[in-house]
Amino acid sequence: MMMSVFFAYFALMSIVAAALTVSLRHPVHCGLALLTLLLHVSGLFVLLNAEFLWAVQVIVYAGAILVLYLFVLMLLNLKTDERYFHSSYPYVIGPAAPGSLYVLYLLLQSPFEGAKGDAPASAILEGGDTYAVGIKMFSDYILQFEIVGIFLLGAIIGAIVLAKTPKAMEDAGGNR
Amino acid sequence: MVPLSAYVAVSAILFMTGLLGVLIRRNFIIVLMSVEIMMNAANINLVAFSHYLESMSGQLVALFNIAIAAGEAAVGLAIIVVVFRGKISTNVDEINLLKW
Repeated sequence: MMMSVFFAYFALMSIVAAALTVSLRHPVHCGLALLTLLLHVSGLFVLLNAEFLWAVQVIVYAGAILVLYLFVLMLLNLKTDERYFHSSYPYVIGPAAPGSLYVLYLLLQSPFEGAKGDAPASAILEGGDTYAVGIKMFSDYILQFEIVGIFLLGAIIGAIVLAKTPKAMEDAGGNR
Repeated sequence: MVPLSAYVAVSAILFMTGLLGVLIRRNFIIVLMSVEIMMNAANINLVAFSHYLESMSGQLVALFNIAIAAGEAAVGLAIIVVVFRGKISTNVDEINLLKW
C-alpha cells in the first residue's frame, strides 16, 4: 500500500515535471523543472531497490549535468523567443497523441514474463546494492567499464577542443 | 505491489514527452534537456526490468547510460557555445549550415 502511494507520487510528479520541461517558456524554468524530474526519477530508483543508482542520479545528474546546463544558460543569457515552439508543432502533436495512446495500450497488455536472473531482492539486500553493483561491474562488465572510461576521456578532450576561444587558436597557429 | 507494467507505462510517457520536446522546441538547449528526459525514461525501464527479472545487468547498463549522458551533455553544450559565438542564436531553425 505504502509502495503504491510513493510510486503514484513519484510517477505523477515525474510526468508533470517532464511536461513542464518541454512546455515552459523561459529556459531557466525548464532547467528547474528538469531538476524536479531528475529527483523524482531517483525516488523511483529507491522504490526499485537501486540505492546506488539513486546516489549516482542525484550526484551526477542533478549535481553535475544540470549545473552544466544552468551554467551554459546563464553564460549565454538567452532572450526568450516570442515563438518558442516550432511552427509546425500542431502537425507533430496531432499524430503523436493517438500513436502514444496506442503504444501505451500495447505496453499495458504485455505480461512481461522472462527468465529470472541470479540476483533476487533478498540477495541484493544482504550485502547492499552498492556491493552487488560493484561485484558485477568489476567482474562481468569490466570491459564496458573501461570503454566508458575511454569514452569520457574522448568527450572531455572533444569539449575542450570545441570550446577553446578562437583567439587562443590564432596564438597557437602563430607560434608554429 | 506495483506491477512492472506501471513502471513501463511511466517510462513510455516520459520518453514520448522527451521526443515531443525534441521535435517541437526551437531552443537548442531545451532540445538537449529533452534528450536527457528520454535517457531518464530509458533508465527507469532498465532498472524496473532489473528489479522484476532479478538481474543486476539492468542497473549496470543504467549506470553506463548516466556516464554517457554526462559526456553527451558536455559535448552538446560545447557545440552550443561554439554555435552561439558565431551566430548569437541557439534557435535550431537558424542553425542550417550543413542543410542541403
